[in-house]
Amino acid sequence: MPELLELRDVSKSYPARRGRGRGLRAVAGASFTLAAGETLGLLGESGCGKSTLARLALRLIEPDGGTVRVAGQDFTGASAAATRRLRRRVQIVFQDALSSLNPRMSVGVNVAEPMRLQGIGSEKERRSAALELLDLVGLRPEHADRYPHEFSGGQAQRVAIARALILRPDVIVFDEAVSALDVSIRAQILRLILDLQQRFGLAYLFISHDLGVVKRISDRIAVMYLGRIVELGAAAEIYRAPLHPYTEALLAAIPVPDPRRMRVRQLGVVEGEAASPLDAAAGCAFRARCPHRMAVCDQATPELLPVLGRHDVACFLHTAPPPPERKAA
Amino acid sequence: MVPPDTAQAGVSEEAPGGVGAPAVPPVSGRGWRVAAFARDRAAFIAAVVLLLVAGAALLAPLLSPYDPAAADNLLRYAPPGTAGHLLGTDAQGRDMLSRLLWGGRVSLVVGVVPVALASAAGLALGLLAGTAGGWADQVTMRLLDVLFAFPMVLLAIAIAGVLRPGVWTEVVSITVVLIPYVGRLARTATLSVASMPFIEAARAAGATRTALLLRYVTPGVLPPLLVYATTLVGLMIVVGSGLSFLGLGVQPPASDWGAMVSEGRVVLRRAPHATVLPGLVIVAVSLAFSFLGDGLRDALDPRSRRR
Amino acid sequence: MDGDDIVLEVKDLVTAVTVGGEEVRLVDRVSFVLRRGRTTAIVGESGSGKTMTALSLLRLLEPPVRVAGGTVRYHGRDLLALTERQMAAVRGARIAMVFQDPLASLNPVLRIGFQIAETLRAHRSMTRAEAERRAVELLRHVGVPDAEARAMDYPHHFSGGMRQRVLIASAISCGPEVIIADEPTTALDVTVQAKILHLLDGLRQETQASLLLITHDLGVVAAMADDVAVMYAGRVVEQADVDTLFHAPRHPYTRALLACAINLEDDRHTALEPIAGAPPDPRRRPSGCPFHPRCPDAVPDCRRIDPALQAVSAQQSVACIVAQRAMADA
Repeated sequence: MPELLELRDVSKSYPARRGRGRGLRAVAGASFTLAAGETLGLLGESGCGKSTLARLALRLIEPDGGTVRVAGQDFTGASAAATRRLRRRVQIVFQDALSSLNPRMSVGVNVAEPMRLQGIGSEKERRSAALELLDLVGLRPEHADRYPHEFSGGQAQRVAIARALILRPDVIVFDEAVSALDVSIRAQILRLILDLQQRFGLAYLFISHDLGVVKRISDRIAVMYLGRIVELGAAAEIYRAPLHPYTEALLAAIPVPDPRRMRVRQLGVVEGEAASPLDAAAGCAFRARCPHRMAVCDQATPELLPVLGRHDVACFLHTAPPPPERKAA
Repeated sequence: MVPPDTAQAGVSEEAPGGVGAPAVPPVSGRGWRVAAFARDRAAFIAAVVLLLVAGAALLAPLLSPYDPAAADNLLRYAPPGTAGHLLGTDAQGRDMLSRLLWGGRVSLVVGVVPVALASAAGLALGLLAGTAGGWADQVTMRLLDVLFAFPMVLLAIAIAGVLRPGVWTEVVSITVVLIPYVGRLARTATLSVASMPFIEAARAAGATRTALLLRYVTPGVLPPLLVYATTLVGLMIVVGSGLSFLGLGVQPPASDWGAMVSEGRVVLRRAPHATVLPGLVIVAVSLAFSFLGDGLRDALDPRSRRR
Repeated sequence: MDGDDIVLEVKDLVTAVTVGGEEVRLVDRVSFVLRRGRTTAIVGESGSGKTMTALSLLRLLEPPVRVAGGTVRYHGRDLLALTERQMAAVRGARIAMVFQDPLASLNPVLRIGFQIAETLRAHRSMTRAEAERRAVELLRHVGVPDAEARAMDYPHHFSGGMRQRVLIASAISCGPEVIIADEPTTALDVTVQAKILHLLDGLRQETQASLLLITHDLGVVAAMADDVAVMYAGRVVEQADVDTLFHAPRHPYTRALLACAINLEDDRHTALEPIAGAPPDPRRRPSGCPFHPRCPDAVPDCRRIDPALQAVSAQQSVACIVAQRAMADA
């Protein structure tokens, strides 16, 4: 069975603005696959390129290089008509659900909009499909005639989820979809997301900066740092035995909601701050902050490679450095 | 400042089956827009006033008691209320009411038509520049900048000079002059709407370029454009009079409201009504358009519905 | 802990706004004390009134929101009774505040060193040169590398974490006894958050100031707080030392909040049992206990009785009649 979503070596750079130094390398050579019913968590701090990666996967922006395949079909090179058809299979839920809804359309129309844009069904059919989905996400029929500004953040997120579902996609990308929500509302939405997955066998790409949330919902986790995926493996593995020093640092910095287990003095601190992901020369992007920096880290960029019996990591502590002749390249 | 705690009032339950009945029963689609507009008293009155003024101007041949150009040398400077001349006469003894009615035909055309034409053209250019980006944007905007650089009246004079003087020349010149103003506004509005997350959401759902433009961007660009355009109408009535004054617009003895103000100015002491009456009409019509614009904008915006 | 430790005592604080002729309470009879050298956390969801409480203490509310009752005693002196001029001398000097969004709290067109120096000069008689020198020292103290050069930079030259350090430097410039930090790390990445938390805790220890930490993040509370007040719908519903609060919570809301907090051990197969519903609109608070419509333990009395915050042990108070009765029976 082909993977539902496959990104191979996808890159995206933004050219420098006039007189503004070097360009920005938002995503560099990212690859991952997503199978039916699976959740891949994409974890990273602000500016690491995770949202760019989401938009590349949806072809909302065009990659500089690499390919995106949806259900085995080439998405990157697809014609306008084919792109439109493939969009039915991959949908997205944004962080700011409220402004991702058209303020001039009622919620019912907003939910039905993807059907209309795809030319599916009559007005009546679309309306009844929208009502059905609003019910599915825990809203009532009368909500359909209200406007987005009348909704709270959690409700707007439910509406956005209903809209993402109406085309019966195979994959839904969640871009920081629960990050702006309060704790109790966040739990409700997470529960809804998990229930829907079970019910429809959906595949999720779940993007967040919050390791707790990502771990809560994912089968596998990909950790991003400055445009690169630096570690990818089973969620429990990543949490229990992280391989990349950055993942370790990230884990150590998270305060645990239990004062007996962790007080502020035990919070791990990693040197420095993430530089902006400039279109830099060779070398590991994390090396300046890394406690295990070696000579080779300055010379070559580690690739994401499987470690025997474990998971994939891009770090010379665990993977062999490239042969010397490649260093010059 | 509205405290953040109350900002989400209205609907605040998260759970299925919670409470939170709408304060106003939902009226679907166009119904509530009309209803919202009617509830906005200022806009409603403005609309009525404008309909009356436009109707009167249209029916000027039937309503005018006199020929607007017919001078009565024996009855000059007659104040309003004079028998036979409801609004009095001007310095040449012409009936004010008739002149206002006939003048309205010119003033309304000069005020409304160029603004409408320029809005349509400006909207198209603004949408093009704002959504196409790149060189199309650059070229369009630089062309508009060139037009901008000419002083408004100078440009109108140049155009009117090439064409033959008359009302339609006036319309063409004012239209051309207005396009860069409206175009700029439309482009800015387009850029701001186009950057909204709901546009990206529509793209992800498979919206075609045409659908994005017509169904998503344009409805967001129209309201600010509408407000701007309606404020321009009054201004253009005055600009039109300026052109007439320079001999480029309507030709005497025909006249418009602005020209009447200008003619009356000479005899302001002797016959204030000759200036004040057309002046009041211009102010009233300008204000009415302004209120109408605000009212339409609010009626188009679901967020203003539940105040 | 004796009474001399108390630096600030808030009693029955009510903050309200009048909407349509009706008084809406955003903060409702809130009481707590801040002690020397200790960290008190106020935890709650958005709209619970935690930020309003902080703004009320400093009298920074924007009309028409106003303090409608209660006292805020700083070393026994009621801040709410001071003139605006007297209050200005306290604010920033004796009680300082660190906001969530450091970019918004800094002036974009003034150099960082100058801004900190201005705070100093507002409260201390100092020459500009002295103040600027002190500003550099402060920046160095809060861990801004290359402080001398950075003092000459503008806010937009700084990263989010560094800006928060700048704000903290400004807050401690006059040696305050109370530091109020309102969601100081919410806008920051987790690795940066860890550093800022270290810094705040270090400063508290060093200066023995009392820290009032306002946050929605239970992880941050567990790491930082000595005492915790949980707010819901404008009320303090439970108050306890940090260990008791996390390990023996009495209020159903506290328990629900802890259940919603994500534990790193949990995975997608762990049951997730969120509380239904959302906090009430302050204009339409339910009768009795504001939490009763969402409460799993509610009894018919909860609809009727508005529970007061009552001590159930030496270190714990709770505003829940069910919990209070259970403790009384035990």
